[in-house]
Amino acid sequence: MFELQHLSTGYGNMTVTPDINASLVPGELTSLLGPNGVGKSTLLRTLCTFLPPLKGRMLLQGKDIDTLSSAQLSKLIGVVLTERPDVQNMTVRDMVGMGRSPYTGFWGRLTAEDNQYVTEAMLLAGISTLEKRMFNTLSDGERQKVMIAKVLAQQTPVILLDEPTAFLDFPSKVEMMRLLRRLAHEMRKVIFLSTHDVEMALQLSDRLWIMYPGQVVIGSPAELSRNGELTRFIQADGICFDPELMSYRITQ
Amino acid sequence: MRHSAIISVLTVALLLLAMANLLWGSLSIPVADVLRILSGEPVPEHPQWTYIILESRVPQMLTALLCGMSLSTCGLMLQTLFRNPLAGPSILGIDAGANLGVALVMLLLSGTVTLGSLSVGGYLLVILAAMTGALCIMLLLLMLSSLLRNPVMLLITGVVISYVTGSVISLLNYSATEEGVHNYIVWGMGNFSGVSMDRLPLYCILLASGLTGAFLLVKPLDAILLGERYAANLGVNVHRTRNWVLLCTGLLTATTTAFCGPVSFLGLAVPHIARMTLRTSSHRIMLPGTMLTGGCLTLLCNLLCTMPSSGSIIPVNVLTPLIGAPVILYVILKRR
Repeated sequence: MFELQHLSTGYGNMTVTPDINASLVPGELTSLLGPNGVGKSTLLRTLCTFLPPLKGRMLLQGKDIDTLSSAQLSKLIGVVLTERPDVQNMTVRDMVGMGRSPYTGFWGRLTAEDNQYVTEAMLLAGISTLEKRMFNTLSDGERQKVMIAKVLAQQTPVILLDEPTAFLDFPSKVEMMRLLRRLAHEMRKVIFLSTHDVEMALQLSDRLWIMYPGQVVIGSPAELSRNGELTRFIQADGICFDPELMSYRITQ
Repeated sequence: MRHSAIISVLTVALLLLAMANLLWGSLSIPVADVLRILSGEPVPEHPQWTYIILESRVPQMLTALLCGMSLSTCGLMLQTLFRNPLAGPSILGIDAGANLGVALVMLLLSGTVTLGSLSVGGYLLVILAAMTGALCIMLLLLMLSSLLRNPVMLLITGVVISYVTGSVISLLNYSATEEGVHNYIVWGMGNFSGVSMDRLPLYCILLASGLTGAFLLVKPLDAILLGERYAANLGVNVHRTRNWVLLCTGLLTATTTAFCGPVSFLGLAVPHIARMTLRTSSHRIMLPGTMLTGGCLTLLCNLLCTMPSSGSIIPVNVLTPLIGAPVILYVILKRR
């Protein structure tokens, strides 16, 4: 359980989103939706602890994140970022193995047990056949799956992803979202991601966080459809929400 | 398996080259006599041979070896820290900073005093000046580091830094004595023979501590390859790691620059040569691989510089760009 209490995000003395009260539950895939520049990245960076919260608390398994060391945090929160690591000469297996570094010793050597976790993580992410390939020779979709395998090897109860479906072609986007949903459900992890793929988020998320300037609205896709939030979310000429089909339609 | 094989080959090559450095020099001494002197036996017919081997060839070999190891290690750490394949102590202008520090002491303070005739205290002053210069440039680079991820910006910054320090050095040269200028220019050509036996311990201690520091950074450096945020998420204190890399490279560059002159290109080129042979990104393998390759190359350079046929000694910086330039071109062309 990842709980946000009166959390305000922002930079310096500029508040982006004030007073967020919410919790992320194990076993649920949660998608963060919102237009560009509304503060999705700022919120995600705050949850990743890359950015200090301006106000409020974040509780992870009942403990205030402020009281945890970076070593402890690295075993609790795993992240997948939009920036692609640009590394030469690193095999897929080595990259996934980097996820074990919070657990390895001084030289970062993997034990037999670590290697076992790496193999399992690659299997779960469906990249076992890529094992010996060099990371920088992979396609965008493959790289993204490797980074997910890396975060699985890190064995954190919370996984945060910044636009994991960006840059992917349509089938890869669907595959990625289904993989994340399966991981959330089967491994009882907290999975929280930001995305612009609204349709897919509607169909595959257990919970949606819709971000407006200075405000976050939270609910299951069905709830948000019923109370008109999804209609309100995209109010643009030529787009309308069809509550029966749970999807957006483009009017001629 | 492959990695340990390559490391073993490099170690053997290093030992052979080190031996070759002791056996051959500008004066030809029979191999058997060299071995006798090394094992502690004097050669009564030629008492000066003992002096040449123990007071000249041994320190020169160790100087070259450690200089190569140190500069290549700097290059590797900087390339990882800036995530830029063109990073290296000379191209980033770090040794230009060290240069300026040395120039200030040599030309402004002591004027006519040559480095060789300085006392150990004076030597320390030169090292401290080199170190201060190197650290100032490193701090400047770290402040600009968000821009430096772009290889072109990095090169431009390095060139600009070198121009600025160059102009200050020109001014110092202009107002210095003729002898001071000559000494400074000779120092600038690079030289592994400038460290005498009594200064060798200081040189070794400074570089050994820098190299040990590099080994302590193996695991965080691996994580930094993925980018600062991923590294932070893996529990690495990125800020502290940066500062340690800053300190280690500053110490290593400043010490080698102060003792051997600004040896160019090695720091940039050697990590790439090691990468091509080892084909890994893991610093646990790359760091010893880079050190050994760097050591081998400087020992080879030193051997070529003092080859008996030439009769005189060629400055080190005549040879190092010949190795470095092709590697830089290769890296640039490969990335296009």
